[in-house]
Order: sequence, then structure tokens, then C-alpha cells
Amino acid sequence: MVGKGKFLGKRTDLAWLRGVIAAVPIVLGYLPVGFAFGVLAQKAGLSIFHTLLMSVVVFAGSAQLIAVGLFAANLAPISIILTTFIVNLRHLLFSAAIFPHIAEWRKGELAGFAYELTDETFALHTTRFQMQAVEKGEAFAINLTSHLAWIIGSGLGAMTGHLVAEVEPFGLDYVLPAMFIALLVMQIKQNSEVWAAVMGGLASVALSLLGLAQWHVIIGTVIGAAFGAWIGLWKKA
Amino acid sequence: MEESVILLTIIGMAAVTYVPRLVPLLALSGKKLPPAVTAWLRHVPPAVLAAMLLPLILMPDGALTLGFDNRFFWAALPTFFAAVLSKSLFIPVMIGMLVVIVWRWVGG
Repeated sequence: MVGKGKFLGKRTDLAWLRGVIAAVPIVLGYLPVGFAFGVLAQKAGLSIFHTLLMSVVVFAGSAQLIAVGLFAANLAPISIILTTFIVNLRHLLFSAAIFPHIAEWRKGELAGFAYELTDETFALHTTRFQMQAVEKGEAFAINLTSHLAWIIGSGLGAMTGHLVAEVEPFGLDYVLPAMFIALLVMQIKQNSEVWAAVMGGLASVALSLLGLAQWHVIIGTVIGAAFGAWIGLWKKA
Repeated sequence: MEESVILLTIIGMAAVTYVPRLVPLLALSGKKLPPAVTAWLRHVPPAVLAAMLLPLILMPDGALTLGFDNRFFWAALPTFFAAVLSKSLFIPVMIGMLVVIVWRWVGG
């Protein structure tokens, strides 16, 4: 892959390659989950074209899996769109939280970057931005590689859905939870961040036990981050 | 559902997904945030990761359970230690998968 930035030097080329390599754990998660989505979409009666289109223009794993269930249940389009909106509202927080790291980027670059901001790319970006200087080429390579894996996974699932293979025997259903654990460990450097994680996680579990299945992540995040920020500011004061 | 309705639904889904991803980035562009907001935003990543993770490993089938039938929870422990020790992304993911595979294989 060749870097297309202003600098065609070695550094830029390597930045793209580093991004592709950094995205490997996401790819490992997206291929099987995308595959599962493709299979379910096919079972829900969506064509291969519609399945691929959704993976290209929406690119949001959990929302797409939920939406496919709603398509299968023959829900009204407005319900499907509203549910997608609620499920993906947490991206509002991702976008705001990642902003300080890339504040000096041009508007067009921000718009392109926002398009591929998912749970996993967000988590990987914030972890990397904290450890090293931000490299635009690398960041975009991570996004594009992840998106491509998602599209390929869903395409394979849609095309071979009728043969249905199970993904469980290979432990692939554990890739994303394991990745969240590793990213969480890499993120945490201060006590206040431990508190943000503990409160966010517990609030999320409590809310989903209460039946707030679509809202638990975003409300849990707001509570956890507020608690962590409060602990952080209070210790400094 | 008709083909054209499905198409419009997917486009609607794309719009309501992209707008929340985009608006904060553009709205904040060129602005300096108050310290309390910055502190809050800095704590969003650990909070959201835990908010996504904990339901996955504490209630994989929708009900809270910490028994040995919940492989996802128990596999999280070696995954966690692998993450702390290796400080990498790839090694803990491999360890976690391996534990889940072997556990299923042994037939727990």
C-alpha cells in the first residue's frame, strides 16, 4: 500500500503499513462477526446487494445485527431507523472524546475519519493516540482495513449463508470481548480511570438487567466518565 | 418489504449513524473546551469499554451468571492477566480465544 500524503517518503509509506498491521486484531474480530451478520441478513431475506450496502454505508456491527432481526420481524422502516439511531448514539461520545487528539485536522479529513468511527476503531485509536504521536496515514489505514474486513466478512456470510457454518468452535465469538479487555488494560493509567471503568461497567450491567437493552451502554458511559472525571478533579483540588 | 423500501431504510440507517459520529468533531473544531468537559471526555474511553465489555462477560445469555457455565467470564481472567503482562493487543486476544476453544473442546 502506498501513502498518498504530501510526503511520499518512507515514513508515510510505513505509516500505512503500520496501520494495517495495527488493525489485525480488529480484522480477526470483524471477519467472523461480519460473517455472522451476513448469514443472518440472508436468513432475514435481504439480498447480497442490500447486505453489502448496509456494511458499506452503515458500518456499525451491533446496530446492523439488531436491524437484521427487525427486518426479519418485518418491523416498519421508521422503527428500524430509530432503533439504529438509539443503538449508535454512543458514537456521539466517541466523536467528542477523540476530538482533542485530532483537533488540527482539516474538516474533510474529520468527516472522512468520522465515517469509520466504530466501537473497535475508536478504542484502538484512543489507545494509540495516548501512547504515541498521531499519524494521519496510520489512523486512516486502521479505519479502511477494519471497514474492508467488515465488508468482506458480511459478503462471505451473505453468499454462503445457506451452508451455515458455526463460528463458536473456533472461539471467534470471543475475539471482541478479549479485545475490549486488552484495550481497557492499555487505557488505564490512573485511579480515576479505574473508577470510570468500574462505574461505567456496573451501571451498564444494572441498566441492561433493568431491561434498558438499547440504552445501557450510552447511559453507563455517561455515568462512568462523570464519576471518573469527578474523582480526577477532586483529587487534584 | 419492497426492494426500494429496504434501500431507503438502509440509507436512513446510514444517516442516523453518521450524524452522531460527525457532529461533535465538526462542532468542536477550533474550540477550546472547559477543563471539566476535557476531564469528562478523557474518561469516556475506559467507561465505554467497560460498559460494552461487562454485559458481554457477566451476562452473555442475558441473565447475570458467574458459574462455570459462563465460559466468557472465566476466560476473561487469563485474558486480563495476559493483557497486563504483555501490554499488547494480540497476545491476550489469542489467549482468550484459546481458553474458550479448549474449554468447549473438553466439553465443559
